[in-house]
Amino acid sequence: MNDLLALTEQILQVSLVICFIGIAASLILLLYQVMIGPTQPDRAVALDTMGINIMALAGLLSISIVTSKLNDVVLLIGILSFLGTLAIAKYLEKGVIIDRNLE
Amino acid sequence: MLSLIEIWSNIIINILVILFILVGTFFILSASIGIVRFPDVYTRLHAATKASTLGIACILIGAFLFLYGSHGIVSGKLLLAVVFILLTAPVSAHMIARAAHQKGIKPYLKSRTDAYEDAIQNYNKKKQPSK
Repeated sequence: MNDLLALTEQILQVSLVICFIGIAASLILLLYQVMIGPTQPDRAVALDTMGINIMALAGLLSISIVTSKLNDVVLLIGILSFLGTLAIAKYLEKGVIIDRNLE
Repeated sequence: MLSLIEIWSNIIINILVILFILVGTFFILSASIGIVRFPDVYTRLHAATKASTLGIACILIGAFLFLYGSHGIVSGKLLLAVVFILLTAPVSAHMIARAAHQKGIKPYLKSRTDAYEDAIQNYNKKKQPSK
Protein backbone atom coordinates (compact mmCIF):
# COMPACT_ATOMS: atom_id res chain seq x y z
CA MET A 1 0.00 0.00 0.00
CA ASN A 2 2.73 2.47 0.92
CA ASP A 3 4.50 1.69 -2.35
CA LEU A 4 1.34 2.60 -4.28
CA LEU A 5 1.02 5.89 -2.34
CA ALA A 6 4.66 6.77 -3.09
CA LEU A 7 4.12 5.88 -6.75
CA THR A 8 1.10 8.22 -7.09
CA GLU A 9 3.03 11.02 -5.40
CA GLN A 10 5.89 10.59 -7.89
CA ILE A 11 3.42 10.60 -10.80
CA LEU A 12 1.90 13.79 -9.34
CA GLN A 13 5.32 15.48 -9.34
CA VAL A 14 5.98 14.46 -12.96
CA SER A 15 2.55 15.61 -14.12
CA LEU A 16 3.07 18.95 -12.33
CA VAL A 17 6.21 19.50 -14.41
CA ILE A 18 4.24 18.59 -17.56
CA CYS A 19 1.51 21.08 -16.62
CA PHE A 20 4.03 23.86 -15.96
CA ILE A 21 5.60 23.27 -19.38
CA GLY A 22 2.18 23.22 -21.10
CA ILE A 23 1.05 26.49 -19.53
CA ALA A 24 4.39 28.12 -20.30
CA ALA A 25 3.99 27.11 -23.96
CA SER A 26 0.46 28.50 -23.93
CA LEU A 27 1.74 31.83 -22.52
CA ILE A 28 4.37 32.00 -25.28
CA LEU A 29 1.67 31.42 -27.94
CA LEU A 30 -0.49 34.17 -26.42
CA LEU A 31 2.47 36.58 -26.30
CA TYR A 32 3.03 35.89 -30.01
CA GLN A 33 -0.65 36.66 -30.64
CA VAL A 34 -0.37 39.92 -28.67
CA MET A 35 2.54 40.93 -30.89
CA ILE A 36 1.09 39.99 -34.29
CA GLY A 37 -2.65 40.57 -33.64
CA PRO A 38 -4.08 42.39 -36.70
CA THR A 39 -6.51 44.59 -34.74
CA GLN A 40 -6.64 45.98 -31.21
CA PRO A 41 -9.50 43.70 -29.95
CA ASP A 42 -7.43 40.64 -30.91
CA ARG A 43 -4.72 41.87 -28.58
CA ALA A 44 -7.32 42.49 -25.86
CA VAL A 45 -8.59 38.88 -26.15
CA ALA A 46 -5.06 37.51 -25.89
CA LEU A 47 -4.30 39.68 -22.83
CA ASP A 48 -7.49 38.48 -21.11
CA THR A 49 -6.51 34.85 -21.67
CA MET A 50 -2.99 35.58 -20.39
CA GLY A 51 -4.59 36.64 -17.09
CA ILE A 52 -6.43 33.32 -16.90
CA ASN A 53 -3.20 31.43 -17.64
CA ILE A 54 -1.37 33.26 -14.83
CA MET A 55 -4.19 32.22 -12.47
CA ALA A 56 -3.63 28.60 -13.52
CA LEU A 57 0.12 29.00 -12.92
CA ALA A 58 -0.53 30.26 -9.37
CA GLY A 59 -2.89 27.33 -8.71
CA LEU A 60 -0.29 24.82 -9.91
CA LEU A 61 2.41 26.52 -7.81
CA SER A 62 0.26 26.11 -4.71
CA ILE A 63 0.23 22.35 -5.41
CA SER A 64 3.97 22.25 -6.10
CA ILE A 65 5.09 24.04 -2.93
CA VAL A 66 2.46 22.63 -0.59
CA THR A 67 0.83 25.80 0.74
CA SER A 68 -2.58 27.45 0.97
CA LYS A 69 -1.24 31.02 0.99
CA LEU A 70 -1.46 31.40 -2.79
CA ASN A 71 -5.27 31.19 -2.85
CA ASP A 72 -5.61 34.95 -2.23
CA VAL A 73 -3.19 35.50 -5.12
CA VAL A 74 -5.38 33.45 -7.50
CA LEU A 75 -8.50 35.45 -6.59
CA LEU A 76 -6.67 38.80 -6.80
CA ILE A 77 -5.18 38.06 -10.23
CA GLY A 78 -8.67 37.14 -11.47
CA ILE A 79 -10.22 40.39 -10.25
CA LEU A 80 -7.39 42.56 -11.65
CA SER A 81 -7.50 40.79 -15.03
CA PHE A 82 -11.28 41.32 -15.26
CA LEU A 83 -10.98 45.03 -14.43
CA GLY A 84 -8.15 45.49 -16.92
CA THR A 85 -10.13 43.81 -19.69
CA LEU A 86 -13.18 45.98 -18.98
CA ALA A 87 -11.02 49.13 -19.07
CA ILE A 88 -9.40 48.12 -22.38
CA ALA A 89 -12.80 47.29 -23.94
CA LYS A 90 -14.32 50.58 -22.86
CA TYR A 91 -11.30 52.51 -24.12
CA LEU A 92 -11.55 50.80 -27.51
CA GLU A 93 -15.29 51.50 -27.68
CA LYS A 94 -15.51 55.15 -26.60
CA GLY A 95 -11.98 56.53 -26.45
CA VAL A 96 -12.34 57.37 -22.75
CA ILE A 97 -12.50 55.12 -19.69
CA ILE A 98 -14.18 57.47 -17.19
CA ASP A 99 -16.60 59.84 -18.93
CA ARG A 100 -17.42 62.82 -16.76
CA ASN A 101 -20.34 64.38 -18.62
CA LEU A 102 -23.43 62.51 -17.47
CA GLU A 103 -26.19 62.96 -19.98
CA MET B 1 1.55 4.60 10.91
CA LEU B 2 -1.36 5.52 8.71
CA SER B 3 -4.43 3.35 8.72
CA LEU B 4 -5.57 1.50 5.62
CA ILE B 5 -8.50 3.82 4.90
CA GLU B 6 -6.30 6.92 5.06
CA ILE B 7 -3.77 5.42 2.65
CA TRP B 8 -6.47 4.45 0.15
CA SER B 9 -8.18 7.85 0.34
CA ASN B 10 -4.81 9.57 -0.21
CA ILE B 11 -4.18 7.39 -3.27
CA ILE B 12 -7.62 8.17 -4.71
CA ILE B 13 -7.24 11.92 -4.09
CA ASN B 14 -3.78 11.89 -5.73
CA ILE B 15 -5.18 10.16 -8.82
CA LEU B 16 -8.06 12.67 -9.01
CA VAL B 17 -5.65 15.62 -8.70
CA ILE B 18 -3.45 14.23 -11.49
CA LEU B 19 -6.48 13.81 -13.78
CA PHE B 20 -7.85 17.29 -13.02
CA ILE B 21 -4.62 19.20 -13.61
CA LEU B 22 -3.77 17.27 -16.80
CA VAL B 23 -7.25 17.87 -18.28
CA GLY B 24 -7.11 21.54 -17.29
CA THR B 25 -3.70 22.03 -18.90
CA PHE B 26 -4.93 20.34 -22.08
CA PHE B 27 -7.90 22.69 -22.35
CA ILE B 28 -5.85 25.84 -21.63
CA LEU B 29 -3.22 24.85 -24.20
CA SER B 30 -5.89 24.12 -26.82
CA ALA B 31 -7.50 27.50 -26.07
CA SER B 32 -4.20 29.24 -26.84
CA ILE B 33 -3.73 27.25 -30.04
CA GLY B 34 -7.28 28.23 -31.04
CA ILE B 35 -6.58 31.91 -30.37
CA VAL B 36 -3.54 31.78 -32.64
CA ARG B 37 -5.25 29.77 -35.39
CA PHE B 38 -8.73 31.31 -35.72
CA PRO B 39 -9.25 33.94 -38.46
CA ASP B 40 -10.91 36.92 -36.77
CA VAL B 41 -11.75 38.39 -33.37
CA TYR B 42 -15.29 37.00 -33.11
CA THR B 43 -14.16 33.41 -33.60
CA ARG B 44 -11.18 33.98 -31.28
CA LEU B 45 -13.60 34.88 -28.50
CA HIS B 46 -15.13 31.38 -28.68
CA ALA B 47 -11.78 29.74 -27.86
CA ALA B 48 -10.81 32.34 -25.27
CA THR B 49 -14.08 32.16 -23.35
CA LYS B 50 -15.23 28.54 -23.35
CA ALA B 51 -12.10 26.40 -23.39
CA SER B 52 -9.98 28.40 -21.00
CA THR B 53 -12.89 28.75 -18.53
CA LEU B 54 -13.17 24.95 -18.37
CA GLY B 55 -9.38 24.62 -18.04
CA ILE B 56 -9.01 27.06 -15.15
CA ALA B 57 -12.00 25.47 -13.37
CA CYS B 58 -10.38 22.03 -13.64
CA ILE B 59 -6.98 23.25 -12.34
CA LEU B 60 -8.46 25.15 -9.40
CA ILE B 61 -10.64 22.17 -8.41
CA GLY B 62 -7.49 20.02 -8.57
CA ALA B 63 -5.68 22.43 -6.23
CA PHE B 64 -8.69 22.40 -3.89
CA LEU B 65 -8.72 18.59 -3.76
CA PHE B 66 -4.95 18.48 -3.16
CA LEU B 67 -5.11 20.92 -0.25
CA TYR B 68 -8.07 19.00 1.20
CA GLY B 69 -6.30 15.66 0.90
CA SER B 70 -2.85 16.66 2.17
CA HIS B 71 -3.68 19.15 4.94
CA GLY B 72 -7.43 18.87 5.46
CA ILE B 73 -7.80 22.54 4.48
CA VAL B 74 -11.18 23.37 2.94
CA SER B 75 -10.23 26.48 0.99
CA GLY B 76 -13.36 28.37 -0.04
CA LYS B 77 -11.29 30.97 -1.89
CA LEU B 78 -10.46 28.57 -4.73
CA LEU B 79 -14.14 27.68 -5.22
CA LEU B 80 -14.92 31.42 -5.08
CA ALA B 81 -12.31 32.00 -7.80
CA VAL B 82 -14.01 29.33 -9.99
CA VAL B 83 -17.41 31.00 -9.53
CA PHE B 84 -15.86 34.41 -10.22
CA ILE B 85 -14.28 33.22 -13.47
CA LEU B 86 -17.56 31.62 -14.57
CA LEU B 87 -19.32 34.95 -13.94
CA THR B 88 -16.79 37.36 -15.43
CA ALA B 89 -15.47 35.63 -18.56
CA PRO B 90 -18.75 36.06 -20.55
CA VAL B 91 -19.01 39.71 -19.47
CA SER B 92 -15.52 40.62 -20.68
CA ALA B 93 -16.04 38.67 -23.92
CA HIS B 94 -19.28 40.58 -24.54
CA MET B 95 -17.58 43.92 -23.90
CA ILE B 96 -14.71 43.12 -26.29
CA ALA B 97 -17.09 41.88 -29.02
CA ARG B 98 -19.26 45.00 -28.76
CA ALA B 99 -16.20 47.26 -28.90
CA ALA B 100 -14.90 45.41 -31.96
CA HIS B 101 -18.27 45.67 -33.73
CA GLN B 102 -18.55 49.36 -32.94
CA LYS B 103 -15.06 50.00 -34.32
CA GLY B 104 -16.28 48.51 -37.62
CA ILE B 105 -14.34 45.23 -37.74
CA LYS B 106 -16.08 42.96 -40.25
CA PRO B 107 -16.64 39.25 -39.49
CA TYR B 108 -14.70 36.61 -41.40
CA LEU B 109 -15.97 36.29 -44.98
CA LYS B 110 -16.92 32.62 -44.82
CA SER B 111 -18.96 33.02 -41.61
CA ARG B 112 -22.69 33.70 -41.67
CA THR B 113 -24.28 37.12 -42.02
CA ASP B 114 -23.87 39.79 -39.37
CA ALA B 115 -26.94 39.34 -37.16
CA TYR B 116 -26.03 42.18 -34.78
CA GLU B 117 -25.82 44.66 -37.70
CA ASP B 118 -29.26 43.50 -38.93
CA ALA B 119 -30.71 43.97 -35.45
CA ILE B 120 -29.34 47.53 -35.24
CA GLN B 121 -30.84 48.36 -38.66
CA ASN B 122 -34.23 46.89 -37.70
CA TYR B 123 -34.19 48.92 -34.51
CA ASN B 124 -33.41 52.14 -36.38
CA LYS B 125 -36.11 51.38 -38.97
CA LYS B 126 -38.66 50.81 -36.20
CA LYS B 127 -37.63 54.01 -34.43
CA GLN B 128 -37.81 56.19 -37.56
CA PRO B 129 -41.63 56.58 -38.06
CA SER B 130 -42.31 57.57 -34.46
CA LYS B 131 -40.15 60.69 -34.76
